Amino acid sequence: MPHILTIVTFLPLLGAAVIFGARLLAKSDEASAGTARWVAMLTTLATLAVSVLLVIQFDPANPTYQFVENFAWFAGAGYHMGVDGISILFVLLTAFLMPICILASWKSIETRVVEYMIAFLVLETLVIGVFCALDLFLFYIFFEGTLVPMFLIIGIWGGANRIYASYKFFLYTLLGSVLMLLAMLWMANEAGTTSIPALKEYAFSAQAQPLLWLAFFASFAVKMPMWPVHTWLPDAHVQAPTAGSVILAGILLKLGGYGFILFNVPMFPLASQQFAPLVFALSVIAIVYTSLVAFRQTDIKKLIAYSSVAHMGFVTMGIFSGNALGIQGAVFQMLSHGLISGALFLCVGVVYDRMHTREIAAYGGLTSRMPWYAAIFLMFTMANVGLPGTSGFIGEILTMTAVYEASTWAALVAASGVIFSAVYALTLYRNVMFGEITNPALLTITDIDKRELAIFVPLIVGTIWLGVQPGLVLDYTAASVDAVVTTYRAAIGG
Amino acid sequence: MPDLSLALPLAASELTLTIGALVLLVLGAFLGEKSARLVSILSVALLVAGAAVAATGPLGVAFDGAFVADPLAVYGKVAIYLLSAVAVILGGGWIQRNRIAKFEYPILIVLAAVGMSMMASSGDLISMYVGIELHSLALYVLAAYHRDDLKASEAGLKYFVLGALSSGLLLYGASLVYGFTGSMRFEDIAAVAADGEANVGLIFGLVFLICGLAFKVSAAPFHMWTPDVYEGAPTPVVALFATAPKMAAMVLIGRVLSEGFGGIHDQWSQVLILICLISFAVGAIGGIAQKDVQRLLAYSSIANIGYALLGIAAGTEQGLQAMLMFMTLYVIDQIGFFAILLSLSKSGRPIRRIADLAGLKTDRPLTAVAITILSLSVLGMPPFSGFWGKYYVFGAAAEAGYWQVAAVGLVASVVAAFYYLRIIKLMWFDAPLDAVKTDKAPVESQWIGWASAAFAFPLVIVGLTWLEPLTKIAASGFGAG
Repeated sequence: MPHILTIVTFLPLLGAAVIFGARLLAKSDEASAGTARWVAMLTTLATLAVSVLLVIQFDPANPTYQFVENFAWFAGAGYHMGVDGISILFVLLTAFLMPICILASWKSIETRVVEYMIAFLVLETLVIGVFCALDLFLFYIFFEGTLVPMFLIIGIWGGANRIYASYKFFLYTLLGSVLMLLAMLWMANEAGTTSIPALKEYAFSAQAQPLLWLAFFASFAVKMPMWPVHTWLPDAHVQAPTAGSVILAGILLKLGGYGFILFNVPMFPLASQQFAPLVFALSVIAIVYTSLVAFRQTDIKKLIAYSSVAHMGFVTMGIFSGNALGIQGAVFQMLSHGLISGALFLCVGVVYDRMHTREIAAYGGLTSRMPWYAAIFLMFTMANVGLPGTSGFIGEILTMTAVYEASTWAALVAASGVIFSAVYALTLYRNVMFGEITNPALLTITDIDKRELAIFVPLIVGTIWLGVQPGLVLDYTAASVDAVVTTYRAAIGG
Repeated sequence: MPDLSLALPLAASELTLTIGALVLLVLGAFLGEKSARLVSILSVALLVAGAAVAATGPLGVAFDGAFVADPLAVYGKVAIYLLSAVAVILGGGWIQRNRIAKFEYPILIVLAAVGMSMMASSGDLISMYVGIELHSLALYVLAAYHRDDLKASEAGLKYFVLGALSSGLLLYGASLVYGFTGSMRFEDIAAVAADGEANVGLIFGLVFLICGLAFKVSAAPFHMWTPDVYEGAPTPVVALFATAPKMAAMVLIGRVLSEGFGGIHDQWSQVLILICLISFAVGAIGGIAQKDVQRLLAYSSIANIGYALLGIAAGTEQGLQAMLMFMTLYVIDQIGFFAILLSLSKSGRPIRRIADLAGLKTDRPLTAVAITILSLSVLGMPPFSGFWGKYYVFGAAAEAGYWQVAAVGLVASVVAAFYYLRIIKLMWFDAPLDAVKTDKAPVESQWIGWASAAFAFPLVIVGLTWLEPLTKIAASGFGAG
């Protein structure tokens, strides 16, 4: 299929246009809501199908970019798309989570369904675009563009304090990325090209690298998010609708890690080596501190949000450990976290749809009323803690091993984070699931229905499958990661 | 005695407009107040014809170097005429509704357009001053056009008094420059200032000149009049203020500084950069607490003029091109904003408070989408047109080595993002303040608003591909050494 990347990127946009057209023809929002849901569902499924096709055709042994499309655009920028073994998996993850999000919003979103579906489809186009873009400014356009639909999703369909959260989300991330824009302008000017593969070959001077590195770091660290610029995340998560949280935790956070692997490590190897201790320090603080913060949360979603920050700490450490194992582990951890945290937010969504509260104190004793739900929640809690056999374990063990090579102390402290995560996750589980039912409203709560089961089944399968057979992912990433590490090693002379 | 047969074709568009305006004036005087509509239509036709004449006319220098018709001037003129034509169209409906329909409104705009095109074409200090005064006088009257309105009178008076002050500064600077270089012509001034060594008196004159011009584009710290005039003057007039004169003055500043003082770029770039920095700060922070939409747009324009000036401050050909790109994309956004404001009213009263935009989405979904696109564009979000303007400007500034200034500008744009987001938030997140629906929108302003939103996205993707070579030609040959 020629132009397959263009198709997979812009197919959701086409779906959004269809929904928009249907709305213009229909008399009212309500009349076109059903159409919007179905069109969104079919579009995301079609995108998933195309991206599966993409993965099948991909040659994992080849470390270069594949399915490349390159046209000159204007202002020196180009429409340059391509995927390697790393980005293709993120495209798949995005395409995989989107239908789940649409399904999860099927009943819980009742107002402004048309705009909601359009926002999600536009978001999907932009996110897939980020993972496929091979031109600096094309990357920036997609990367920055994701802010707008997410701003609207949080602001329109969010909780009580949604305005504050949406502003914070937008302004924090915008501030991070304008510095990246400046660095990109400098790089384009210095190297005379905006092509990312060409820039990876270009050796930036040792004086320029630290500043450029910091500019990109500012953007991606906010996105990740790393301590201490993580504070927008809990707010955004708590206020966002369930599917918004899934996308935020499952995909948007990964843009930061992907950016590190795409820009910081291969393009500024000297600075990456120089700043690795800083990254390790921030990551270790994130792991320990946010785990402790998570323990004290009274809101289920906020707890999971802090746990996301802690898990992202492993990712950043893995990326900057500078060895293949670490980057492999980081990519794996991001994919696995995309499934697990998405599933956990969906779990919260299930009880929130029924009880309209996320307070831990309002729950308790759910096992007796919702046995299936309790089992699913337990499975993802354990995956989040990193139980062997689930994908969470593989990501953590790989990154920890790699970090141990780079810095024993960082690995030692980070390992304590694994224990902390067990503490808060199991405490949450006990408080919500076990004990007597104290809240009378819970006596009539119903177990999950077929639609909800359909949401969780693919996630369960994915989590276990990756946990048992991690080679599925690692085979794809190996060649591309090796290419990144080889350049990095060559540049730092190690 | 210069050869008129060669000189007149160069100034054909100005002559067309001047003669046309005089004919229309006579027509209006004979037909009386009823002719307002006819005169409006003819004025639009006249301005479009002027743009066509300017675009197809010959290039060259006339009147002993006082009048220049080069690609830069032609680019500026076409933009100025078309923007003025849009302002006439926007004003047509407005003056009808407010029952102050007078045929002078379009004629004043045509006369202002003549002055602005003189600014774009001026080759010496005298024609520069004449151009500035010609357009300013027409604009002073237009600002106070709604003469029964207290705020409009205030706006007119303020604009006039401060405008006169700035003209004084400008003239003082011009006389110093003349005194120390011995010539009025930019070319001769350039010859004196070419060696990079500047005489203190010349620098003194230069700074005054820049101050006077900065006033015209409402760059901080010479912006004091802007919020009041934007708030008080009639909305269609503000739509004109925000676009055509800014374009003319930016072309003029670009020409004077790069051509006349190209040799002492180091001297004026400092001044310009200081103005940029203050404009970023004032525009970004000043807008946060505004309640009136037009005052908000005034602060937004201060910040954006800072970005445009940054392109000139770079002093390179790319910088000038970036300025032209930025201004072109920016004025289209501005026209869209004001057109949409004109299309919104509740029970006959125009929407002026930002809070009145609350819940606009339910009432007027397409207009809400248009405002959202325009806000995001002015904010500089990719892939909307405003992003590309900033992209060019910051790219040029970066290339010229002004990293720090570009960084400050980008950070200021994040601060400014707050108030654009507030507009979006009000329209999409909030419920309407009351159950009153907006009135039926006047067709012309609504469509102009939608069209500029459509230009901001997605048409810009195509639009840039022909805008880029045009601005490149216009800017070619300019650039400080």
